[in-house]
Parts: sequence; C-alpha cells; structure tokens
Amino acid sequence: MKIEGRVVVYGDNIDTDVIIPGRYLVLQEPSELAKHAMEGIDPSFPEKAREGVIIVAGRNFGCGSSREEAPVALKHANTRCVIAESFARIFYRNAINIGLPIIEASLRDKVSEGDLLSVDLVSGIIENKTKGVRIQAKPLPPLAIEIINAGGLTKYVRRKLGLE
Amino acid sequence: MNIVEKILARASGEREVSPGQIVDAKVDKAMMHDLTGPRVIDSFREIGVKRVWDPERIIVVFDHDVPPSTIKAAELQKKVRNFVKEQGIRYFYDIGRGGICHVVMLEKGHVKPGELIVGADSHTVTYGALGAFATGVGATDMAAVLATGSIWLRVPETLKFEVDGKLQKRVYAKDIILHIIGMIGSEGANYKAMLFSGRAIRDLGIDGRATICNMSIEAGAKAGIVEPDEKTMKYVRERVGEPISPIRSDKDAEFAKVYEVDASRLEPQIAIPPSVDNVKPVSEVGDVEINQGFIGTCTNGRLDDLRAAAEILRGKRVKDGVRLVIIPGSQEVYHQALKEGLIDVFVKAGAIVCGPGCGPCIGISRGVLADDEVCISSANRNFVGRMGSPRSKVYLASPATVAASAIRGKITDPREVG
Repeated sequence: MKIEGRVVVYGDNIDTDVIIPGRYLVLQEPSELAKHAMEGIDPSFPEKAREGVIIVAGRNFGCGSSREEAPVALKHANTRCVIAESFARIFYRNAINIGLPIIEASLRDKVSEGDLLSVDLVSGIIENKTKGVRIQAKPLPPLAIEIINAGGLTKYVRRKLGLE
Repeated sequence: MNIVEKILARASGEREVSPGQIVDAKVDKAMMHDLTGPRVIDSFREIGVKRVWDPERIIVVFDHDVPPSTIKAAELQKKVRNFVKEQGIRYFYDIGRGGICHVVMLEKGHVKPGELIVGADSHTVTYGALGAFATGVGATDMAAVLATGSIWLRVPETLKFEVDGKLQKRVYAKDIILHIIGMIGSEGANYKAMLFSGRAIRDLGIDGRATICNMSIEAGAKAGIVEPDEKTMKYVRERVGEPISPIRSDKDAEFAKVYEVDASRLEPQIAIPPSVDNVKPVSEVGDVEINQGFIGTCTNGRLDDLRAAAEILRGKRVKDGVRLVIIPGSQEVYHQALKEGLIDVFVKAGAIVCGPGCGPCIGISRGVLADDEVCISSANRNFVGRMGSPRSKVYLASPATVAASAIRGKITDPREVG
C-alpha cells in the first residue's frame, strides 16, 4: 500500500477541537465536515489539501475528544496519510476504523512544507522524494492493516460476522 | 495482577493478562449520547446487523445540545430517539430525564465496580471513580460494540498515583488532577491507565473521585480508576439492585511507574490556555481579567461542586461586566441543589442557571465566547476555539476558583474570598 502526496506541516498536540470544532459536529455529510478541516488552526487547509496531501505533525496528534468527525474531515479533505511522532489513542483507533492511513514517525528536520513524500504502510518506509531521504518508520500492526484493507471497521466486522 | 489487568482478564475470559497483550473483551455496558449517537447509528446500519447485541446493556443520554439549539440538532436527536424505540433500548435519558451522561451513569446505577464499560465519548473514563474500567471510543468502534457486544483492547500499562496528605481548605479534587496533568503532560499517560490511590483520594467522596478520573483522558489515558472501598460500595448499593462483585489489585500487583503527590502542599491550580498541561498555582498566574465564568460539566457539575461554589457566592455579587453561567450536571443534582437553596444563592448573586447538559463546554450553545473574550471554566479542556471563537481563551480551575474569580472579575484564589 503506497501513498504519495505533498507535505503540510503542523506542530505538537493538534487536538480534535482544532481539527473539527464542536459547532460543526451536527454536519453529517463528510464533504461538509471536510470544508472545516483544521479550521481551528489553519482555515486554509481545505484549499491546500485539494490535490491530496500528507500531514506531518509532532507529538500527541488528535488528542481530546472521541469525535470520529476529526479523521473523517481530514480524510474527505483529501488527506492521504497522517504521519506524527505519536497519536492520541482514540484518534488512532478512529483513523484506522474509518480508513484514514496513519503512521508513527519522527520527521522533524527531515521534511519541509511542500515536499513530495511516499509512504509504504506495510513496510513502514517513508521516502522524501524532494530531499532524497528514506526513513524507516514503525509499520502499522497487522490488525490495523487488516482493518484498513477491509475498507474500514464496519466492513471488517461484516466479514467477521459472515455478512459478506 | 493490578485492578486494570484483573478487570480485562475477567472481561476477556482469560486467567491472566499482561500489558501489551491484545484481548477480545466482552463489554458490560455501552453508552452513547445525542452528538455521537447519529454517527454510531449510521455505522451500525452499515454493518448490517438487525438488532443490537443486548438492549438491556445500552444507555443513551441526551446532553450535548439540550434542548436542541438548531433544527439540525433537533433532527439528529429525533433520529436517535427513533433508534432507541426501534431497538427497545431500555435505558434512555431524554431531555429533562437525565443530564450529562457521565453524571447520570454514576447516579442512576449504571456503573458497578469491576465492569468493562465503553462510551462514545472521551470522558467515559469518569466511571473509574467506582472501580470500573471505562474507556472512550469513536462512533464506528461503538457501532461494532452494539453489533457484537465485544471490543479488542490492548491491555494498558498502569501508572499509579499515590496522593497522600490532607487537602487544604478550598483546595479540591480538581486541583489534584490539574497538578498531576501539569506534572506528567498531556500525553504522559497515552495508551496507559492511571490508578489513583492514597489518603487524599480515600478522603474524597465519589463526586471528587469522578472529577479526577474524568480528567485522566487529558493526560491521554485509556482509563482512570480508583480501587473500590467502603464509600464506593455504599454509593453503589444505594443505586444498584443487582449483586456487586468488586475487583481490587492483588497484593503483589505491578505498576509501570509510581508517582507520589503530597496533596497538603497544593494550592488552587489553573490550566492556562491553550493546553491542559500548562498548569500553575493560582498565585503564579498574575492579573487575568475575565468576561465569563462557567461552573458545570462532566468534570465539575456535581452536587459537591455546586456546594463549593455556593459557599463562595453566598451573599456576594458577580462583578458587573462579568457573566457567570452555572449548569447543574443532572436533573438529580439540580433538584437537590434547589432543595438545599444553592440555586437561590446563585440567582441572587447574579449568575444565570441553565438546565442540565454540557452547555458551552463544547462551544455549541449557552455561553459561547466572542473574539478575545476570556473565560474561567470548571470544565476539562482549554483548546483553541473549544468554547467558541478561536481567538477566545479558556482557563481551567475548580468551581470555587471560578466562583471567586466571577466575584472579583479576575482570576482569584478562592481562599481570599470571605
């Protein structure tokens, strides 16, 4: 599973309230949520992400509430992958469950805004094509890959229950 | 094994489990509310199972936008109400019947020591106050629980916080947990469980223990928990009809790390925006003028919290130019506060009292903030834009500190006010 995209960089502790502020949680359509992705910290994100991006961030990405709208908004704003030094645990599960690829790696000083990255989720190899750097990240656990490959947790559970 | 490992071993039918192990655990109770419910229902439909696994073990509470402030919210609540009816879900707390889910779950007897509870809300960790392992999940995880009654969990390492000493007057559970989060940081317990013990925790009532467990998520924790004692058993017996089989840590239980905290040295604590772990004693905060105070939420909207606020506000007035919003955590809390004359104190002081619910904590209604406004709140999060404008600021503190600050119009040590 190889993913490519241009980098958008954020810092530490990007919480779910800045990813999708509470007042938008009544929006049910993923495309509507996507218009407000990262609004709390960077209202220009949906525009930046139009052609597909990879978010590179610091520690504790997705901390705060359990709102699944956070990864949903990012995914539907064309975020192809989130790479962070660490993720808050509920966001981590939610991202995998809805099929937003994420991977843990420390890329400080190894990427700049706008660099072209390629990510292999299974091997954990990240390539910065702009700078010509390769980084070995921790690959996703097998269960997570299985869920993402199934197309998300709902499909995974359907399969497990013999409904597909 | 420690209490966390023992609960997860019981729930997954294993004789023994250890940190790092992935278990497939049977869930005792599942909770969702008006804001997460609609998405849970959509994912449940996608899975395609016709009936929920057990309508007796699902609790639905309306609290995030009650009564609904927009047509959209009203429509979503209707959707959840219809689902409750269709599935025959037994415990449904509609508007005017319950209050904030994490207050209702404890007071209505839906939490027993030793249980595994999941909720579609990050503050589900609150139920550790009664010795349960409770954790927050997203909508799709919850849909899978509704469909199957089980969930995969990684057994977490447990951090033990030994909180000894006696709290000074007007220093509360909130100050303990803010201090701890400041000490270990906002991801200091990521993927781990936090066990709170020691004299200062034993001295706290269930309300105070709920405040502490509630905010364990702000350090990233998967669960916060207090070992059940006589106070726990008394509280639970008064509310639960069924037999109770509490689980406690073995004598030789192991912990990933033990922290010691001397509660007797704590002064009131403040979390400075925009992060929950930016915590200082009130004496070091300096002059901060406020536009709004807010007392309530799943962290500090219980009876002990309203009593502490009333003690400060009795016979005083909220400063002109400042608004104080007070929201009791549940119908039961509201009713008892009325009987004790607390609401009378609040209204006479010039505070506005709203009906039970989450209120402005999530920035949806009843007290959202404008550009450049400053609020001191008894809630749990002070992230950018949490309570309204991304240019507003939220300071976190105990209800007593909020009350004292509302009287003076600036952040104030509650020990300085009458």
